[in-house]
Amino acid sequence: MMTNPVGRITQGQFSYLPDLSDAEISLQIEYGLSKGYAWSVEYTDDPHPRNTYWEMFGLPMFDLKDAAGVMLELQYCRKAFPRHYIRLMAFDSTRGVESMVMSFIVNRPSGEPGFGLRRQEAPGRTIRYTVHSYATDRPEAERNP
Amino acid sequence: MADTMVAKTIEKSVDSVISDVKKRYSAGVLKYRQMGYWDANYAPKDTDTLCLFRITPQDGVDPIEAAAAVAGESSTATWTVVWTDRLTACDSYRAKAYKVEPVPNSPGQYFAWVAYDIILFEEGSIANMTASLIGNVFSFKPLKAARLEDIRIPVAYVKTFKGPPTGLIVERERLDKFGRPLLGATTKPKLGLSGRNYGRVVYEGLKGGLDFMKDDENINSQPFMHWRDRYLNVMDAVNKASAATGEVKGSYLNVTAGTVEDMYERAEFARELGSVVIMVDLVVGWSTIQSMSNWCRKNDMILHMHRAGHGTYTRQKNHGISFRVIAKWLRLAGVDHLHTGTAVGKLEGDPMTVQGYYNVCRDSYTRQDLPRGLFFDQDWADLRKVMPVASGGIHAGQMHLLLDLFGDDVVLQFGGGTIGHPAGIQAGAVANRVALESLVKARNEGRDIRNEGPEILRRAAKTCSPLQQALDTWGEISFNYASTDTSDYAVTAAASN
Repeated sequence: MMTNPVGRITQGQFSYLPDLSDAEISLQIEYGLSKGYAWSVEYTDDPHPRNTYWEMFGLPMFDLKDAAGVMLELQYCRKAFPRHYIRLMAFDSTRGVESMVMSFIVNRPSGEPGFGLRRQEAPGRTIRYTVHSYATDRPEAERNP
Repeated sequence: MADTMVAKTIEKSVDSVISDVKKRYSAGVLKYRQMGYWDANYAPKDTDTLCLFRITPQDGVDPIEAAAAVAGESSTATWTVVWTDRLTACDSYRAKAYKVEPVPNSPGQYFAWVAYDIILFEEGSIANMTASLIGNVFSFKPLKAARLEDIRIPVAYVKTFKGPPTGLIVERERLDKFGRPLLGATTKPKLGLSGRNYGRVVYEGLKGGLDFMKDDENINSQPFMHWRDRYLNVMDAVNKASAATGEVKGSYLNVTAGTVEDMYERAEFARELGSVVIMVDLVVGWSTIQSMSNWCRKNDMILHMHRAGHGTYTRQKNHGISFRVIAKWLRLAGVDHLHTGTAVGKLEGDPMTVQGYYNVCRDSYTRQDLPRGLFFDQDWADLRKVMPVASGGIHAGQMHLLLDLFGDDVVLQFGGGTIGHPAGIQAGAVANRVALESLVKARNEGRDIRNEGPEILRRAAKTCSPLQQALDTWGEISFNYASTDTSDYAVTAAASN
């Protein structure tokens, strides 16, 4: 278990709360749809803080206006990648925004390997830091049997 | 009634412009309005800068003459007629006062609208614009007091500025944090900690759940902690917390120093150590701010602006500059974060007035909104948006009010409200993060957080003892004092007639 106060990766809007139920996830999706956002489902087994590009589970659902449809995509993704991190992201195409405006994790591996901090001593007292994702210690093909 | 009478007095007292050039330029002293600094029929151009001044003329000084004098002294005029004006297209260079109205419920005070031609200001220089607009005029003897209330900057001039080096949208993409306010805390005590102890506070706060920690405005490089020592310890804390949580974390490293050369040196070291953000104090001045903004653009750095010192000239309604004007200038000059008040905390701020500052930072197009103190429409011409920062005397028990007042695009900073938590700094951070996430979730679910907020927090605290302790410790604390800087916006008799 990770040693931070909630014992897990704390990315996204709701990592400090108990896991959201499917009904609660639906309410968040509906809120986003009411604002005109497009939802997408993404997954990864390497949640490094700077791993921006998780795998897209299909394209962003620009034309889907029904929370049930988004939930269905999520169920397919959970079925295909039960031990991966999965996040829901909402995109706002308004001029001047054109970016993600919501993002929260909806699936996690049962054990979260977390990260190590590697320090490389440099001149003076300077240290070069590398955050290392333990999940990537094994080749990709062997990580999720 | 009284306002109507004043307005009529204004009407009667107008002296007309002297159009005969021989008379106009004969040696001697003329009234400003006779020199062409007052034009009631002037139609402002789209390329004009418009300023609204609140002026208090000396007893016996006619308000229109006072307004014309403001226009004159903030553009070309000197106290006497000079023939060398005739070597210039002088009418272009004269600012023009074009409207004067009594300030509602403030005897002796007048709003004066003044227009400035675009030729008056050097492109991309706040230093130049401010040297004109606030250069001489605030010391001008015929006025008891003057305040620059608001400004409309024309798109043509806006486009000469690069604006925020990062902007709040790209900041969120870099940090991978969306759909909620960011959380921060200022490292305390602000003076006296050694580098090693300072880094401890940073680590605990970030690991507990905050996104940012912050140097205070007067942390530079004093005997108890030299700047390199601070940076090295802070960055160890930042990286360790990032590994412990899987989140991008940051700590605003204050690069303010005695010289600009020193500031560059500090900024370079912050970059070398991998910091995502640096900080400067407002007291460094406009040119330094614009230089640091350029540096941040070149180095992918977020620029945090601490508005140290602003209260000396923004707080009193009758004299100085409104913070909404400072915020507009800072967005042009190019900062990414700007302290804009909390409304509910320990520092000055009427809620509506403070919301006006937030709008100036975040709008694509700011609409006139008199209750919020915004007198002009302002087209920002796609200039990037500034992330406002609410900091000073706020705690988890006020989270619903803060989220309701300011929305998602804000950094909420709880210094004492994190570090002073009875169970420690990490517990303080957890309390704030749980309070925030509970309320964002509830708001998105359609709950009325302004009214149901306390109940939502109590419920969340049942499964989070740090939040319960925070509510027990600070739940009742509020700072209810009358604000000194509120908006005077009632429609005047003169305007409504």
